[in-house]
Amino acid sequence: MMQLSIFLENEKGRLAYALNLLAEFNVNIQALSLADTKDYGVLRIIVANPEEVAQQLREHNCVVKLTPVWVLKVPDSSGGLAGVLDKLVNEGVIVEYLYAYVEKANEQAQVVLRVRDTAIMQAAMDKLKLE
Amino acid sequence: MSQEELLKGLRRTVEQALKAPYYKRKLTEVGIHYPADIHTMEDFRRIPLTEKEDLRRNYPFGLFAEPMEKIVRVHASSGTTGKPTVVGYTREDIKLWAAIVAKHLTRAGVTSDDVIHIAYGYGLFTGGMGLHGGSEELGALTIPVSGGNTQRQLMIMKDFGSTVLCCTPSYALYLAESLEEAGISKDELKLRVGVFGAEPWTDKMRDEIEARLGLQALDIYGLSETMGPGVSMECLKCNGLHIDEHFYPEILDENGNVLPEGQSGELVLTSLGKMGFPGLRYRTKDLTRISYGSCVCGHTGWTMRRISGRVDDMLIIRGVNVFPSQIEEAILSVGGIEPHYFIIVDRENNLDTIEVLVEVNAQSFTDEIRELEQLQEKLQSKIEDITGISVKVRLVEPKSIPRSEGKAKRVEDKRKEKIFQ
Ligand SMILES: [Zn+2]
Repeated sequence: MMQLSIFLENEKGRLAYALNLLAEFNVNIQALSLADTKDYGVLRIIVANPEEVAQQLREHNCVVKLTPVWVLKVPDSSGGLAGVLDKLVNEGVIVEYLYAYVEKANEQAQVVLRVRDTAIMQAAMDKLKLE
Repeated sequence: MSQEELLKGLRRTVEQALKAPYYKRKLTEVGIHYPADIHTMEDFRRIPLTEKEDLRRNYPFGLFAEPMEKIVRVHASSGTTGKPTVVGYTREDIKLWAAIVAKHLTRAGVTSDDVIHIAYGYGLFTGGMGLHGGSEELGALTIPVSGGNTQRQLMIMKDFGSTVLCCTPSYALYLAESLEEAGISKDELKLRVGVFGAEPWTDKMRDEIEARLGLQALDIYGLSETMGPGVSMECLKCNGLHIDEHFYPEILDENGNVLPEGQSGELVLTSLGKMGFPGLRYRTKDLTRISYGSCVCGHTGWTMRRISGRVDDMLIIRGVNVFPSQIEEAILSVGGIEPHYFIIVDRENNLDTIEVLVEVNAQSFTDEIRELEQLQEKLQSKIEDITGISVKVRLVEPKSIPRSEGKAKRVEDKRKEKIFQ
């Protein structure tokens, strides 16, 4: 799964500008997270057609990047996420960042995971039969 | 040129300058009443330096050395404050200028078969008309497109088959960017030589321009007070800018002492053979070093290095001399970063601070904050390596730093405003 990342300066209105652009393109944002520092931030979103949206954003002078991420279903119970993470860590997966969201159609809790080494992650996924 | 020939030429310039009352007064003050009073180079060095301020004081035509009926053209350079400085040319001066520029172009491998695209501004600024005269003298097809209207520039370049591009280096980069945006490949153009000047630039910027426009980028130097573009220019060897024989260069330290060959300091120029507006030990405020020798292109004489900075542009940060060009060099050395930057100098708690805004692009952007911070730190340490001072780098969005079609403004010194608060 490809996640769309957008560079934003920490200037007043930059986030709103990016979100308004996405609204203009009629993009439905399935999941969103914002990582920021004092000067700038990175807006990360999951959308249905990331390549197409990336192209549209580039045409509006945004710096965007498509990053491979994994979207995992997690049991909607206490310790659900911890259980999944423990298993992955045991397989040698290093998580760079993650954020959670609820998939609307099935009310299913999900996490978006960005890992350091995608090959290790793929191997872990296959072994643990996760989806 | 032998010492005797040089002295003869300098005496002629003094003779010409003495026709202007202001120069006459200044020269009389140091005991030079006639050209014949210049017996040696030591005598010549007694001549007081001329500065932009002298031109302002004599605004508009006070320093012209020929009667007005002999002057056929004026050029002027805009001053940031007050009146511009005005220079005049006789018919012979215009011919001489064209011949000098044509000679430089020839050494750059340009011939009458070339199509010269002149995107320097035409008008009171010497850039456009200066290259124009040289181009026509050479017999090349001259396109006086002037600056601005980038889309039209691209169209003309493509349709007319421009082979030589003349403009400021920052505009050349802007054109390269616009070209890419318009989806035009450099292979669709016929550009092969670039004649870039009127602002300082670096070798990294040269590499960038050459790669993106597919031409060999050459540096040209000149200023209206001493004629205009063509005082010096690189040949295809790119081993410094050959100073034309109609200019005598000196390099001075900050106290006005003449420095020996090879040492870096302020370039001071005296014109040889220019009549309407003789240049007499004119302070260019540009920093460089010069050497004497011969080149395979056929030039024998003085060659200067690329301008390393301006006496005025020099920023003194916590007592250290810093030039914007050094910061540019550091940014470009990191790779994958656009040469668009902006420097903000300020003072906090009596300590100078320097912040450098750098644009993030598709190549340098990564999704992870950790990597962006690494990029920021890498830029900071590169700048520190080159300038010797610590700076703060701030990553900004692309195209957020204003592009200029002329000389780029790259520094804001907020300390100046604070002095008056
Ligand atoms: Zn040469």
